[in-house]
Amino acid sequence: MPTHLANETELVEAARGGDAEAFTTLVNQYDRNIYRLALNITGNPEDAEDVLQETFLKAYANLSKFQGNSRFYTWIVRIGVNEALMKLRKRKSDRTVSLDERVETGEDEYMPREVVDWGENPEQRYARRELNDILSAALNELEPGFRIVVYLRDVENLSTEETAEMLDLSVPAVKSRLLRGRLKLRERLNQHFRRAPGGPEGGKLKRWMNQLFKRG
Amino acid sequence: MNCGDVIKQLNSYLDGELDETLRWELLAHLEQCTDCRVVVDTTRKTIELYCNSEPLPLPTDVRQRLNEALTRKLMGPAS
Repeated sequence: MPTHLANETELVEAARGGDAEAFTTLVNQYDRNIYRLALNITGNPEDAEDVLQETFLKAYANLSKFQGNSRFYTWIVRIGVNEALMKLRKRKSDRTVSLDERVETGEDEYMPREVVDWGENPEQRYARRELNDILSAALNELEPGFRIVVYLRDVENLSTEETAEMLDLSVPAVKSRLLRGRLKLRERLNQHFRRAPGGPEGGKLKRWMNQLFKRG
Repeated sequence: MNCGDVIKQLNSYLDGELDETLRWELLAHLEQCTDCRVVVDTTRKTIELYCNSEPLPLPTDVRQRLNEALTRKLMGPAS
């Protein structure tokens, strides 16, 4: 979650009264977060930019509806998620992505092939920008059904219930996707963070994983 | 608790939502299973990395177009 401005309440109040400068200050505080959110949901920079603009335009038009009992950022995120999902669904016809379709994939994709320790902290091994690129690339490789759930839970820190509500999924579906999504990410990050080249993982755990994902 | 149970309870454990009895059973399993310990540790680290990741600043042209779109709206006729 981004740091919020100390005078946020006053800024929101001023923006509500038509103070364009106050609103712009709020926008520029959170625009990078909303752009990242849009990019992660839509998976496409062009769509993400549209979503970014639509989110803040919609926020401005609806400022009178902001109750002030949640943080302004949380409110903006909600609008951003809705805009991004609409964009994703519009694309459904010309792309193979959908949040609603079954997210089952080949077992090999999420079954841990190796269990290796990561050694020293990745934060110490990589420069911030490089680490950011690794994390974004790994997340982007996930199917939207996993990617969006992991993003909302682990990057935006929304609760399971909030995530379920926003995505119109059941709580068990969110939990299941979160588990698989996190395991897939861990697997993808292995190649960057592992301490040393590892052998195939222990057979017992692999069998259990196999069964778990089969049941889905 | 076996390896499969650990994976099933992984999120509840990492999110601090596992009840006390199961948590102790899971910890007891981790004591004697290196594979599960590594999976738990690296998954925890995965979550931590994403949780702490900061977005990069907006590309200059994207921010410029955003500000232009807002200016048009904010300065335009009241809707």
